[in-house]
Amino acid sequence: MPAPTVLLGAVAYDPKVVTIWEGFRAWLRGRGLDFDFVLYSHYERQVEDLVAGRIDAAWNSPLAWLRAERLAAANGTAVRALTMRDTDQDLTSVVVVRADSPVRQIADLTGRVVAVGAIDSPQATLIPLGHLAAAGAAVDVRRFDVGVGLHGDHIGGERDAARALAAGEVDAACMIDANHLAFVQEGTLPPEGTRIVAQTARYDHCNMTVRAPESDGVRLFGTLLLGMSYADPQVRPLLDLEGLTAWREGRTSGYGALAEAVDASGFYSPDGRVTATDYRP
Amino acid sequence: MTAAPVAEVDLGDLGFGRGAHLLVQRALAGLPPGGRLAVSGRDPALRVHLPAWCRRRGHRVEWPDRGEASDLVAVVVRGSADDDRWFGAERAGPALPSALSSRPPARWGLGARGALLEAGGPEARFDLDERDLVWADIAPHLYAQAAARQWDPQTAVPWDDKFALPADVEAAVVQVMTYLVENEQAALVVPARFVGRIHPHFREVVQLLAVQMADEARHMEVFSRRALLRGAEMGTSSAGGRQSLFTLVAESDFALASFLLSVLGEGSFVDLLSFLHEFAPDPVTRRICWLAMQDERRHVVFGMAHLEHQAQLDPLLRDRLRAAIHRRHDALVDTAGLNADVFDALVVLAAGGWHPNDVSAGYDRVQALQHAMDQGRQRRLVRLGFRPDEAAALSALHTRNFM
Repeated sequence: MPAPTVLLGAVAYDPKVVTIWEGFRAWLRGRGLDFDFVLYSHYERQVEDLVAGRIDAAWNSPLAWLRAERLAAANGTAVRALTMRDTDQDLTSVVVVRADSPVRQIADLTGRVVAVGAIDSPQATLIPLGHLAAAGAAVDVRRFDVGVGLHGDHIGGERDAARALAAGEVDAACMIDANHLAFVQEGTLPPEGTRIVAQTARYDHCNMTVRAPESDGVRLFGTLLLGMSYADPQVRPLLDLEGLTAWREGRTSGYGALAEAVDASGFYSPDGRVTATDYRP
Repeated sequence: MTAAPVAEVDLGDLGFGRGAHLLVQRALAGLPPGGRLAVSGRDPALRVHLPAWCRRRGHRVEWPDRGEASDLVAVVVRGSADDDRWFGAERAGPALPSALSSRPPARWGLGARGALLEAGGPEARFDLDERDLVWADIAPHLYAQAAARQWDPQTAVPWDDKFALPADVEAAVVQVMTYLVENEQAALVVPARFVGRIHPHFREVVQLLAVQMADEARHMEVFSRRALLRGAEMGTSSAGGRQSLFTLVAESDFALASFLLSVLGEGSFVDLLSFLHEFAPDPVTRRICWLAMQDERRHVVFGMAHLEHQAQLDPLLRDRLRAAIHRRHDALVDTAGLNADVFDALVVLAAGGWHPNDVSAGYDRVQALQHAMDQGRQRRLVRLGFRPDEAAALSALHTRNFM
């Protein structure tokens, strides 16, 4: 009987993606799963290929998950979140101003310039702008489109927004909580030079999206991922590179805020078509 | 319902942008995985940064209701990632050299001896990884001594002392210096080829060889500088001399290279430097030969120490040493060996004048030097376990180039 197989899609947002999935591939093949992967230059084609059955699993951004869910439903099928990283759960984004800014609360941002990441960044654009809009702040947006199509996986747009804030070119900047800490630690933002004026509710990030019902290979894939241990010296460097200490069961309860932002901004249509006017992945 | 925290930490005004993680980390270290830590603090960004930091480290965060005036930010539930990282970790042997591993594994690689090594990482292969092949108990002591006795070529030598030599005596000095530079170059390259092959577990040997290389580098400098002190041209270099030296550099076996270089070559070289110190016609030459001689003595002591150790453990070592001498002799049998210009220059320096009686005396002194070199080699060979008659025969096969 042939070994169960999985063909995974992953987006090459960084050269380390090759190292990570080459390493996982060797580890998974050593445990009886005939695993292989293909790399995409952006998420949109990856999602389309998953729903069309050309790949078995997609290592998806939260935005890509939403689109996969919509495309599958429109198609009369369904997708499921097989696993996610422990570090993908309960994130927040923040809106940051300079410490000496007159802005004290969200309402004060009305009419001011807010820097965001790329057009398709869930954490540095879509979710925080949705948060500001829901709070009634009408802001002028200055977007930093780095790595469009990578759904914010490329940190460049977020960092450029932070730089613009530090340089006094904008009144506020949006970023994920961990990146606010990282930007302070690396010196992009001066220590104690910024103030957080808004924090979103907690949301979830990437997941391993698969079609339902799952094949034997996909089920084995999920079991093997959940069995990866940070105590295993073979996978630990790969987990470090991928930024997790353990895989968790997938959940989809943390995508509500992003779905609202997608609908409000018209990024995707309800049936999963790309409708954002100036989005060119 | 959540369990009560078992530990608390108050960060005061300290934020994660300025090292608050150190306090949290320290407090968590005292807890088992699953242990709970109540974190308080007043930094405005703490509610953003603490969970972001915890997420990356695999710790869970709970958000209890906080009282009106409370500084309580969150309760951190310790994850297992910190412990998991060190699962299977091992010490890279003892920190001190008292109980060295006889064969340190390749996986210890460049980890500091005695360090706690995270499992995984590269198998860094250092092919000289057997204690008995490289080690000598005297190595740490010799290294410390060598490091303490480094000298500054600029200040240790009286370069500005006034002296003037007859042109032919100065030429003899230049010729001898040229020969010494050539030899020191070989003496630097030989250990250099082994330093990168010795397992870092035997770090004192690596350190000692590194200082030995620094010694030779200084010698190259001072001998060159003396040669050019009164002129702009170096002396001659014979093809046979260079070939003799190259057989040393080409030896890839550590024990044999060490034997040929330190025990036979540098041993004879010490006698030569002593001779030059005695008959040097000027204070600069006298001083640099004395300084170099002190260094070379140390090199001989180490070479002898680890070969003596090895000879006790391996009765076949002497066969290999014997074969190495024969091999080198055979390789050089068709060459003239020592540069005749060097031999003549030594006679001139030892003569101290041009009267036939002076030259005759100088010639006798060089003969006596060669005899002393031969006796020294025989003594060292006997210490390595060769019978006296065989030691005499082997010493006679040594290269005419001295080194």
